[in-house]
Amino acid sequence: MASTFKGRVWKFGDDINTDLIIPGFALYLAPDEQPRHCFSANRPGWVNEMQRGDVLVAGRNFGVGSARPIGDVLLRLGISGIVAESFNGLGLRNCINVGLPVLPCKGIVDAFEEGDIAEVNWTTGAVHNLTKGTTLQGQPVPKALQDIVAAGGVEAVLRKEGYLASR
Amino acid sequence: MGMTSIEKILAGHSNRREVKPGDVVVVDVDVAVFFDWMRPDVVRIADPDRLVLLHDHQVPAPTIAAANNARQMREFVEKFGVKNYFPVGAHGICHVLVAQEGFALPGKILANADSHTCSSGALNCLARGVGPSEMTYILCKGQTWFMVGPTTRVNLEGELPQRVYPRDVIHFIPGHYGDFAGRNLEWHGDGLTNIAMDGRLTMATISAELSAEFSLFPYDSVLEAYLQGRAKWPFEPVSPDPDAHYDQVIDIDLSSLEPQVVLPGKVAWNSRPVREVAGQKIDQAFIGSCANGRLSDFAIAAEIVKGRQVAPGTRFIVTPGSQAILLEAVRAGYVETLMQAGAVVTSSTCGACYGGHMGLLADEEVCITASTRNFQGRMGSPKAKVFMGSPATVAASAVSGVITDPRDL
Repeated sequence: MASTFKGRVWKFGDDINTDLIIPGFALYLAPDEQPRHCFSANRPGWVNEMQRGDVLVAGRNFGVGSARPIGDVLLRLGISGIVAESFNGLGLRNCINVGLPVLPCKGIVDAFEEGDIAEVNWTTGAVHNLTKGTTLQGQPVPKALQDIVAAGGVEAVLRKEGYLASR
Repeated sequence: MGMTSIEKILAGHSNRREVKPGDVVVVDVDVAVFFDWMRPDVVRIADPDRLVLLHDHQVPAPTIAAANNARQMREFVEKFGVKNYFPVGAHGICHVLVAQEGFALPGKILANADSHTCSSGALNCLARGVGPSEMTYILCKGQTWFMVGPTTRVNLEGELPQRVYPRDVIHFIPGHYGDFAGRNLEWHGDGLTNIAMDGRLTMATISAELSAEFSLFPYDSVLEAYLQGRAKWPFEPVSPDPDAHYDQVIDIDLSSLEPQVVLPGKVAWNSRPVREVAGQKIDQAFIGSCANGRLSDFAIAAEIVKGRQVAPGTRFIVTPGSQAILLEAVRAGYVETLMQAGAVVTSSTCGACYGGHMGLLADEEVCITASTRNFQGRMGSPKAKVFMGSPATVAASAVSGVITDPRDL
């Protein structure tokens, strides 16, 4: 997996919670039906506007809430990575463990307008706003966790080691 | 340098002499809890005796899909010879059951694909919610990773005033200190001797809403008495080294607190004294969940509604944390008192709390709840509003039809 992701930025605020990403009523839908309800409460129609490869930029405490598989839903939508001022610990795990790159980065909210193009190296923490020509430095997750992302998440490891029946 | 209790458990489970904030450790998981269904494609697992399987979010099955999932879990139990399984009839909310049945124990690491797993921190047990994929990894390999965060020490002193509860304490803290994302909480201080296990379990559960990584209570005489005759395995309690480093210390005088609500939408920086929102009309009042579905919550609710009636136009729903709690509440007369007042007492489930079943909210409705979350859409319609309060505040509001400070009743 590449150590950078690049795409158009969508901005979200502080305390973006799991129930906004996967509403309760969508929780028991088939995995490929869940993504179309993402942010339906706080930003109706967003899933139709966003495109594969886009980047999420958020404020403090991204992913606060339940154990719902937020990383899985965002990956299915085609989000290439998330940069936030800070992450909730469980939200962070649920991205890393399914292979979705994340980068905690102070100052990210002020550094981007919605629609700017971001180029993010999630292993070194370098963030470029290609639209404005500015850069800033995030705080990449430890190498051990980068390796899980690069491997495509923990289930990829289990599959490779024969713990799960082949599909 | 000395270690905190949390650092000691992480070090002990990762074969390290010492861990410090910033480290990533791979730990052995002592107890893995699964609810409602099991993946059918798992070929081999680490250890069936470390598993606890049960039904809670969707019990009794509200849909055909849920019924099929439950059947899948029973097949898994059969296939791998899982001993610690709680079928319908012995069911309860996962975090309530693991405490009640003595699986959550001091010094151990417990994982579960539910965010309120930190509940077991009340038992000096390092417990954390993880995601579904990670839970499969733990099921197969018996291990996972944790990042060691800095730790906040909360010192509780004194005693709570009348009609102020541990639930109010855990609302007050994020209202004044915000979230604790990436950080741990350890609870200390003489005031803890005045907080019984039910209250500690409430506080540890709601620590998820503070975004804490881990939330750990000490092993003391209160916990020791609770574990007597209950613990399923031998255990080793953990306490901090005298020179443990806490990079933040919060001192709270319990006697200075008053009833607190959390306003709808989020928890950090969003609490108010109940009196500031008193008079807000409500459509539904709810007491239940892993946070407040315990016997003492029933006792408080019953005491408040005794001789009163749920206000016209208001629904009052009470859900026990387990079948065992419901039975105790029946025997103590709490269920009769609640029903006479016009409340609905349901079977044990996570149902209403997560907006799944057994009491969803309609568009524009307002709920006050002693459950776990106030997020938009959490308990039903995204157009509904959810306030959170203590069971006393909820019960007082149920009989008044408006949010009410329980001291004013």
